[in-house]
Amino acid sequence: MSGTFLGMPSLPVFGTGNLHEHEPFPKAAHRELGNAQLRANLGHATRTIRDKRLAVVSELPDWEELRDAGRAIKESVMARLPELLEAFEANFTARGGTIHWARDAGEANSIVAALIRDQGADEVVKVKSMATQEIGLNEYLEEQGIAAFETDLAELIVQLDHDKPSHILVPAIHKNRSQVRDIFLREMDGVDPGLTNDPARLAAAARAHLRRKFLSAKVAVSGANFALADSGTLAVVESEGNGRMCLTLPETLITVMGVEKLLPAWEDLEVFMQLLPRSSTGERMNPYTSLWTGVTPDDGPQNVHLVLLDNGRSAALADEMGRSALHCIRCSACMNVCPVYERTGGHAYGSTYPGPIGAILSPLLTGITAEENNSLPYASSLCGACYDACPVKINIPDILVHLRGEDVDSKRGKKKLPSQMDLGMKAAAWALSSGKNLGLVEKALPLGRIAAGPDKKITKLPGIAAGWTQSRDIPAPPGQSFRQWWNKEHQAPEGAPGPYAPGTEPTGPQPTGTEENP
Amino acid sequence: MRIALFATCIVDAMYPATARATVSILERLGHEVIFPAGQACCGQMHVNSGYFKEALPVVANHVKAFEEDEYDVAVAPSGSCVASVKHQHPMIARRCGDAGLEARAAAVGHKTYELSELLVDVLGVTDAAAQLGSYFPHKITYHPSCHGMRLLRLGDRQLDLLRSVGGIELAELPEAEQCCGFGGTFSMKNADVSSAMLADKTANICGTGAELCAGGDASCLMHIGGGLSRQGSGVTTLHFAEILASTAEHPAAVTGDVRLTTGRTAR
Amino acid sequence: MNAREEILGRLRSALRDTPAVPEVPRDYRRASGLGEEQLIELLTDRLVDYKANVFVEEAAAVPQRLAALLEGTGNYAVPHGLAETVFAEADARDGGSGRRLTDAPGQRLSVAALDAVDAVVTGSAVAVAETGTIILDAGPDQGRRVISLVPDRHICLVRAGDITAILPEALQRLDATRPQTWISGPSATSDIELERVEGVHGPRTLDVVIVRG
Repeated sequence: MSGTFLGMPSLPVFGTGNLHEHEPFPKAAHRELGNAQLRANLGHATRTIRDKRLAVVSELPDWEELRDAGRAIKESVMARLPELLEAFEANFTARGGTIHWARDAGEANSIVAALIRDQGADEVVKVKSMATQEIGLNEYLEEQGIAAFETDLAELIVQLDHDKPSHILVPAIHKNRSQVRDIFLREMDGVDPGLTNDPARLAAAARAHLRRKFLSAKVAVSGANFALADSGTLAVVESEGNGRMCLTLPETLITVMGVEKLLPAWEDLEVFMQLLPRSSTGERMNPYTSLWTGVTPDDGPQNVHLVLLDNGRSAALADEMGRSALHCIRCSACMNVCPVYERTGGHAYGSTYPGPIGAILSPLLTGITAEENNSLPYASSLCGACYDACPVKINIPDILVHLRGEDVDSKRGKKKLPSQMDLGMKAAAWALSSGKNLGLVEKALPLGRIAAGPDKKITKLPGIAAGWTQSRDIPAPPGQSFRQWWNKEHQAPEGAPGPYAPGTEPTGPQPTGTEENP
Repeated sequence: MRIALFATCIVDAMYPATARATVSILERLGHEVIFPAGQACCGQMHVNSGYFKEALPVVANHVKAFEEDEYDVAVAPSGSCVASVKHQHPMIARRCGDAGLEARAAAVGHKTYELSELLVDVLGVTDAAAQLGSYFPHKITYHPSCHGMRLLRLGDRQLDLLRSVGGIELAELPEAEQCCGFGGTFSMKNADVSSAMLADKTANICGTGAELCAGGDASCLMHIGGGLSRQGSGVTTLHFAEILASTAEHPAAVTGDVRLTTGRTAR
Repeated sequence: MNAREEILGRLRSALRDTPAVPEVPRDYRRASGLGEEQLIELLTDRLVDYKANVFVEEAAAVPQRLAALLEGTGNYAVPHGLAETVFAEADARDGGSGRRLTDAPGQRLSVAALDAVDAVVTGSAVAVAETGTIILDAGPDQGRRVISLVPDRHICLVRAGDITAILPEALQRLDATRPQTWISGPSATSDIELERVEGVHGPRTLDVVIVRG
């Protein structure tokens, strides 16, 4: 029976899992800003990676052309997503892979757990994967009595510390080398007690710790960076070789991937494999990329599964203004250049997806109205650095503004008292929608001068404006507005030449400054 | 050329000297300046805060005000307001289902320039000292506001104009391209993050040893200046138009604790 | 409705506005005019940047080079399709091929055996000079993916004629459906304070022998 005849679902179905803010962003940010160690670590790390990225991007003469191609390819993927998914499925299946479809986080988790149990396994090795973090797979597997071992160094650090990732590429970006050493000494079985904080020594400790796991694991769980529709090929991009270990050694490989990760064809990979490494780690190419197409007899896992995940992606796709957020290739360039992320870190965003992309993707996946996930679109000064850095040119600032509009509109319908912001915006709309009204308001400027007092500054305001005066003064307003000055200067009789015609006006500048003429 | 001045609401009400300086510069170049009386605001505060419905009458007013007079180009001494006129106005009209307003807004946007863009690209100003008599014997630094830099791609236009002012000494601002943290209502809704961004910006400014920080957006300058004032830094902010308008005979007044010393040669 | 039909239905419903499918502008570089010597120089530069060891040899000198590289190591693994002649000098010095373990169909080396060798020697399918990338596609001279993964040292032969300048040129020479491993230097991590450390789970040493002619 075809879904078409059962009636097309018309309401978006939103995602579940680790996509939500746990508290409003300003509150979480306030706490994180108080952590001086975090600020120092993040500042150092984001500056380092920004510089690396700029260096390798400026090497390429065709970077902008690659970005344009990347954007267009992703746009065409979104427009053709159902047919491309079907093509991918046919190709992957024809080569011995098995496809599973998961409507949401819960369905994906139970599919994965059942596949692991089918193998009689009670532990799995994992390659870093945003999709499995999004659905909370590790926590679910633990409840089911299955141990999931993260094998990416940063994920291992975070897992050993019972912490949460704070960056999509460098999940432990908030920890420095000494903190990492302390975690290893505390949590890693059989670790050398003389371990130093040298990153090379720490990496060697991780290698020793995970080696046995890799060589004995029966089941691995991965994500995927790309899926090629025309061949049924999957790709994982990594650095350490933990990915290769997971994708090659175990008999069973289960990959969890969002439906939006498709690329139409093999040649499209040449675009994305130039964009991704330079944007994410600031390298010309990442150390390892693995590609596999279903099952290869006698080489690698012989039992290969792919879980295709919706979890709100169809809802994001339904948002015409917001759907380009699905173009994201998880490079993390946007967070590395974001002045807000640099200061708050990733935990303040609550969701698996932090930073500018998270501030749009998370509410698009969960819905900004159905769930309490509405403070994230405001977590930006709209400076636009993210848009410039994005390798697929997602206009993040425009989508942030779009989502703010959705948020404001969603509250209009609800019968509750207007907020201070609502009232202020209404009043401002009146004042700013005609020159006459603004002129009337400007008549009150001398009152502001009185409020400012002899210091000629306002240092404390009530209500939401108190946010401003917590760290900034407001200068005393001028005695007369520009409009008032202009009108006095240009009261020409009807028909007479304007006094401001060239040559008729004294050309020297008038005394200027907010300081009015005494 | 007949040039329509869009003063912008914040300059009109809080920093009239910036608009007067703009008029002075353009008149010195021999152009006629008009001030469309109906103008008020570009509406970006409403748009950026998500209040699209409230933004619509503000946008409609701007479009109407700048359709009423005959002029060649419009100019505003603000990158973000010009970016709003060019990019946001058609979007708001479209979202509110007003195709007629969308087309009219696009036409107005097409004729609207940011001040440095107009001076450099249209009016051919490359040497402010020679062409405008600009003289400003102070050590300054310069913050490029985000919207001018990233939405209008102004590049070094403002900075190059400032460099050509007589007597001026320019100190490079470290991490100049980082946002100052203003972001409209962001500065109130996310006051803590905004303040943290501002603290880094003001520390960088003070580190240059400059007497003041110039810029091209009154709102960012109010934000930065408000922080510098609160910290009692003695450093202030000034719009680049006022520096360009400043001459040896009629020096720009500098607010804050910096006292003007005219006739002094550059150090 | 099963999950597949429901998800596809949701996606179709989301695309009710039938967004346009844009033409993809492929104005980026898809070919380059670099000669062989320039390609060798660029690839060498990039590999050295990744802390790989690079040796450029005439074909006739490869046996000597491999013998030198294998000097003092214990057992090493090779795929069955790699020409035995490249090991002639090593065998001569060893007095036989006793250190060499060959992974062949029907005679697969176990993971434990691979973990016990000191090195693996493989060929390669194609290389990308600009990014310092060597691509293995499990051809007979490269073997199964596992053999170039588990040993701690990977000695990789790259024929000069297989070097392309840029990625698009390399992909034109490859078949997507073959299992591929793209290697750009030894395994590495930048997870601690963004400081790059070479050598984590994959081979910690990468020796590349570029073969002319």
